[in-house]
Amino acid sequence: MGIIYLLILVSVALAIFFLVAFVWAIKSGQYEDDYTPSIRMLFDDEIKKENGEI
Amino acid sequence: MSDNCFHCNDVCTSKIVYNDKLFCCNGCKMVYQIINENGLDNYYSIEDKPGIKPAEKNAKFNFLKNEELAGSLLEFQSEQTNNISLFLPQIHCSSCIWLLENLPKLHKGVTYAQVNFVSRNAYVSYNPKDISLYELSVLLDSIGYPPVFEKKKKAEKTINKSLLIKLGVTGFCFGNIMLLSFPEYLGLKDDVSEPVKQFMQVLIFVLSIPIITYTALDYLKSGLKSIRAGAFNIDVPISIGILTLYIKSTYDILALNNASYMDSFAGFIFFLLIGKWFQSKTYSSLSFERDYKSYFPIGVTKLKEGKEEIIGLDEIEIEDEISIKNEEIIPADALLLNDFAQIDYSFVTGESTPVSINKNDKIFAGGKLIGTAINIKVLSSVKQSYLTHLWNQDTFKKQESKYAQISNVLSKRFTIGVIVIAIISAVSWLFIDTTKIIDIVVSVLIVACPCALALAVPFTFGTVMRFYGKRKFYIKNIFVIERLSRITDIVFDKTGTITQTDKDSIEFTGDQLTSIELDCIGSLVKQSSHVLSKSIYHSITINNTLNVSSYKEEIGKGISGLIDGKHTLKIGSSDYLNIESTKEETAVHVSINNEYKGKFIFSNTYKVGIASLIHNLKKDAALHVLSGDNESERENLEELFAQKEQLNFNQQPLDKLTYIKNLQEQGKSVMMVGDGLNDAGALKQSDVGIVVTENTFNFTPSSDGIIEANSLIDLDKIIRSSKKSIVILAICYAFSICYNVVGLCFAVSGNLTPLIAAILMPLSSIFIVVLSTLLVSRSFQKHYPKKDKSSSNKN
Repeated sequence: MGIIYLLILVSVALAIFFLVAFVWAIKSGQYEDDYTPSIRMLFDDEIKKENGEI
Repeated sequence: MSDNCFHCNDVCTSKIVYNDKLFCCNGCKMVYQIINENGLDNYYSIEDKPGIKPAEKNAKFNFLKNEELAGSLLEFQSEQTNNISLFLPQIHCSSCIWLLENLPKLHKGVTYAQVNFVSRNAYVSYNPKDISLYELSVLLDSIGYPPVFEKKKKAEKTINKSLLIKLGVTGFCFGNIMLLSFPEYLGLKDDVSEPVKQFMQVLIFVLSIPIITYTALDYLKSGLKSIRAGAFNIDVPISIGILTLYIKSTYDILALNNASYMDSFAGFIFFLLIGKWFQSKTYSSLSFERDYKSYFPIGVTKLKEGKEEIIGLDEIEIEDEISIKNEEIIPADALLLNDFAQIDYSFVTGESTPVSINKNDKIFAGGKLIGTAINIKVLSSVKQSYLTHLWNQDTFKKQESKYAQISNVLSKRFTIGVIVIAIISAVSWLFIDTTKIIDIVVSVLIVACPCALALAVPFTFGTVMRFYGKRKFYIKNIFVIERLSRITDIVFDKTGTITQTDKDSIEFTGDQLTSIELDCIGSLVKQSSHVLSKSIYHSITINNTLNVSSYKEEIGKGISGLIDGKHTLKIGSSDYLNIESTKEETAVHVSINNEYKGKFIFSNTYKVGIASLIHNLKKDAALHVLSGDNESERENLEELFAQKEQLNFNQQPLDKLTYIKNLQEQGKSVMMVGDGLNDAGALKQSDVGIVVTENTFNFTPSSDGIIEANSLIDLDKIIRSSKKSIVILAICYAFSICYNVVGLCFAVSGNLTPLIAAILMPLSSIFIVVLSTLLVSRSFQKHYPKKDKSSSNKN
């Protein structure tokens, strides 16, 4: 049963890691614009390329 | 339509053909060339006619040639890379995003460009060795997106960020605390060994520390501040609840080694924050700052290469030259181009003594021009919020909102009431079952929510105001809506409000006018923004516009002035010119150099749709007409209004005011609809004063609302929707009362756990916001749908 200490600590540590990542994302402006990416996603890739690739 | 420009969809007066496509000007053709040659034709396939006509080249970016100044605008500067965030107000559609993000294709020096559509910003990274900031701005200008360099608000962003971080931290702690409380929830407490139980509880306690020290602190601080200020805001019972929960739980864990309420505590804070975040999202969409959708429906005369053009307020740019007439308001800070002008700043300062301004002096937004027309050069962009703020500054405060007063009174009593109930239940339960006291007290403090009282009025009326704005009806503030719903009588001005004077319905009888005389008349009437003056101006042929000096306008009577330094002109009513007039007609008489020349006779045509509007309005209110004109139109009006009484003519401005006062003394609630020129006093006196505008900027600060001429025929729908919004308000209040009564009953009787209370309270405030917004938007869709006009608005 003693293993539960290790299990809990590891899972909390993992969760802290994700929390830190979340805070970092906010601070670096990830959520400043939540509208433009939805439009940008719909643009087609370039059809005309220099070498005639598709 | 084949006659429209392929790029910007303007009508092509000069047809320029290139590549089998039609363009209205060389500017548009050039932009097309740039786009086409660089293989970016996709721009035209994403949106229909997305282009913007580029302005003529002027030296507005020359200041960027100064290295130091340009440097101060950059966000990042180095040998190979400069980064700058540019505000491009012309961004309006997805094609714009596409084109701008493909900027590197248009110039090698640009390495990267990213657009933020909502804030209309483009973040550009470029190599200063290949392109300078000046060249970049010129390039953007040439494709129709000139950058505007102005201070932007950064404060809002930081507040949102901190709220999100708090939300994340609290969510993390809350989730983990709940996970660790599982054995307790599942009744497995006895199966877990002591040391493990202790370990979990200590961990729960550790997880609660960030919440009390970081996120919950805001509520505690706010509660403390309000107590110090002598009032009790909603954060006081919340803070008491938080502190009680926390202290009891800490005691439970550390001293008694029992299970605790930390999960309720953490959950409560978490859901409160969600409520706050949700409110901030809805509130920001209700903000009435300079939005590309809801501007005053007002037109301004812009001068471009000597030609006049009527543009909307939102289209005014810095360096534009604008012509302002007598009695019109200056829309933005500007430079005077004429030699001399008189400006009345009563709108801004309350002082009605005009200030004399000389050439190249600065004129401030909100000032009103008195006298001869002037040309001004715009110095800063139109700040709609500033004008709205001036508008609300009016010293004559109309009747306070009944509902706002009720909300205020109830909110104050509410929190005290909740604390009293909490104390009473604590005392009562002392005799029944002491173990439950903490539970009950905390639940009572948390579940009670006066949210509807605080939120219902701003959210309901705010949404209504926003919907009105979209339909070109702009009101001063939310309290106008309440007064709108109580209207019993509506008074209409005649000329310019319900009539429409077209070119065809004017006839001149009198001496044959020479071309010089026509020029004189034209130059003088151009100075006035009166409807009849404008009609005369458009109906006669003018060769030259001559110089006008000593311009004087007597509201409702006539105008006079000295033309070209030689001719004195007087144009106006028969009284103004001191002549006998026996005929009953709408006539404007002309005298040049004291010699009577003749008169312009107008035949009134009424606006389209007025008849049906009147028919609809009669169901809700009594109608009146107050006209400054003579009785000649009586028969027509009797037919139009289907009534013989309450149609009054020959009304001077003071008569109109007295008439409305009399109605109000009879206990009626009066709305006045006028053109703002000669009924300023009446508009002020009425309960709701509305100015109808077409393309002049002469609304008075004493009016309560501006409506575009085309939207006037929806006046009945406006009144009806204001009544419906009062009903919606009542629904919100009713819901809140029910919720509080039911919630408190459950809490006091011991049937409500703190955790459930913690979830219900913020949920109720979110629910009120959603309910009011949904009800209002549904009511508008059903009763007042927006007409699908293909106006000049893009998107």
